[in-house]
Amino acid sequence: MEALKQELKERIIEVLNLEDITPSDIQDTDALFGDGLGLDSIDALELIVLLDKEYGIKLADPKQGKEIFQSVETMAAFIAENRTKL
Amino acid sequence: MYAINKFINIRKDAIFENGTCVYQNEDEGFSAFMKKVYKERGLAYPKFYKMDDLCKLAFMAADLLLEGDNEKDIALLLSNREASLDTDLKHQQTIQDAAAYFPSPSVFVYTLPNITIGEISIRHGLKSESAFFIADRFPAERMQQYAEYLLNSQKAQKVLCGWVHFMNGEYRADFYLVDSRGLLTHTMEHINEITK
Amino acid sequence: MAVYIHDTHIISPLGFGTRENFEAVVSGKTGIAPVFMNDSIGSVYAARINDEVLDRYFQSIDAMFKGSRIEKLLIAALTPVMAKNGIKENTVLVLSTTKGNIKALENHDLHSAFITQLAQHINNYFGFKTEPLVVSNACVSGVMALSVAKRFIETGGFSDAYVVAVDELSPFVVSGFQSFQAMSSEPCRPYDAQRSGVNLGEAAVAAYVSAENRPDGVLMAGEAHINDANHISGPSRTGEGLLLSIEKAFKEAGITARDIDYISAHGTATLFNDEMEAVAFHRAGIQQVPVNSLKGYFGHTLGASGLLETVLAAESLKNNMLVASLGYESPGTTQPLNIIMKPEKRLLKMVLKTASGFGGSNSAMVLIKN
Repeated sequence: MEALKQELKERIIEVLNLEDITPSDIQDTDALFGDGLGLDSIDALELIVLLDKEYGIKLADPKQGKEIFQSVETMAAFIAENRTKL
Repeated sequence: MYAINKFINIRKDAIFENGTCVYQNEDEGFSAFMKKVYKERGLAYPKFYKMDDLCKLAFMAADLLLEGDNEKDIALLLSNREASLDTDLKHQQTIQDAAAYFPSPSVFVYTLPNITIGEISIRHGLKSESAFFIADRFPAERMQQYAEYLLNSQKAQKVLCGWVHFMNGEYRADFYLVDSRGLLTHTMEHINEITK
Repeated sequence: MAVYIHDTHIISPLGFGTRENFEAVVSGKTGIAPVFMNDSIGSVYAARINDEVLDRYFQSIDAMFKGSRIEKLLIAALTPVMAKNGIKENTVLVLSTTKGNIKALENHDLHSAFITQLAQHINNYFGFKTEPLVVSNACVSGVMALSVAKRFIETGGFSDAYVVAVDELSPFVVSGFQSFQAMSSEPCRPYDAQRSGVNLGEAAVAAYVSAENRPDGVLMAGEAHINDANHISGPSRTGEGLLLSIEKAFKEAGITARDIDYISAHGTATLFNDEMEAVAFHRAGIQQVPVNSLKGYFGHTLGASGLLETVLAAESLKNNMLVASLGYESPGTTQPLNIIMKPEKRLLKMVLKTASGFGGSNSAMVLIKN
């Protein structure tokens, strides 16, 4: 799980173009949206693509994203449970 | 009679303000050059890094041109020949192969040339008139007429006119501000001189 | 100086001709149906012009022509309008499109994807004596192109203009809208409580514009295009840019909210767009005015939509006929609107056309019957 979280942080920084941020800047339980990393609606959509492309998870309903993307912690838990790509 | 208040030219090797070099490119690619200028100008605007190259170029030219200008009613008239083709190619790549079909919203959002205008509007809080024109070369005469129409009809207090080109690593931006007073009169001769 | 919209022509899934299209929407026909895009995308609800029908129609226009489909669409739209009005020394072609011949990229043909190529081909085909003027400004392009023509004619830059608008249904655009989760899996429902996104469409439209005062001319009395300055893909929650566009258009036309008889709105059927329009219309004091979106008949035709819908709004004006907002059943915006539920004969004098698009763009135009 730790490796997955680290990988997630790196991937999030890369696909969302978070230039001046390093994985160690992101705590597992930091809020990704709202006040935390301040991600916006396009970022949320991009994370949906990330789930599909890297982990083979297609969300049945994009609205599920709100719960899943709360933090790196929640994302990792969801991925560990649902991934179809290793 | 209107005037050109200020003009910015961005080239592969340097950035010029009113004809004087203000930033030099130390033989770097576009991204590195823009990042360097971004940091030197002390800009704190993380959205910059999400922009595609065309928008970064437009953003930077506008940032220099509008520095210190508090006017909010500045019309934005931008133009180029390729629209957003540079980014369009990137989007096409994400959908070309059925076996690796992953269209990306953060790429797709930039497949319209007027997003350059959107980014500048947001950054500078400009709720103003705008238009993006496509032409083989900078449409100087039409820009001149259109800018003066906006000013004469009071549909804008100032007008930013620009050519913003980015294709396959090749880039150039020529932005100038039309106002009631400035260093050059708003004539075809001067416009051609600035944008040549 | 007064500038008018005169002859027009529409090429769409609902038919070839302005009259034919207007009659189709009055009778509630839709061009939206399941359309197979490709193996990656599968089928989506969209409005597509049938290729066989188009080719048969085009035979009677130019049997020898060997250009792209999008060029055929433009030539088909422009030919009848051109036949009635001709070209002068200072007549200009104003083209509105968001993606032009973007399908060429599928075949790695970058050269053909340049919008300048498309514009030049059409310009040469009809023998225009000036360079074409091309507007590519997201989904407000169609209304903006009309404005640009009007503004240049007012300043004497051109004597008259052919304003044409086109966009094709393409995997390029469908895939992008899907990545935005903006597509509905059913026929779209603008302003409705159950709305779930857009259907895309395609069309080509042409309009002849000049300062000549003809009895059937529709006056472009006021227009404005104000940016939200808020977000590059989502509309402003307060409808700021759209409100300012409407107010400025009213001001130029010398009218108030009370004078508007009908609003032809943008209504893409996304949650955010329709909600934003409702907020803006309330702030502008036009919430009681009968309003519709035509996206339920044609889908969202992008760069063509502004012109397509303005031309049909002009038909409503000339025929004193309100057209239903197809796909609507119950109120779905926090601020209620007066959505037209069925076609209705009513005396109409002034129409407001609005449009919004990516990049925070908004357009508003006041049309007045002559």
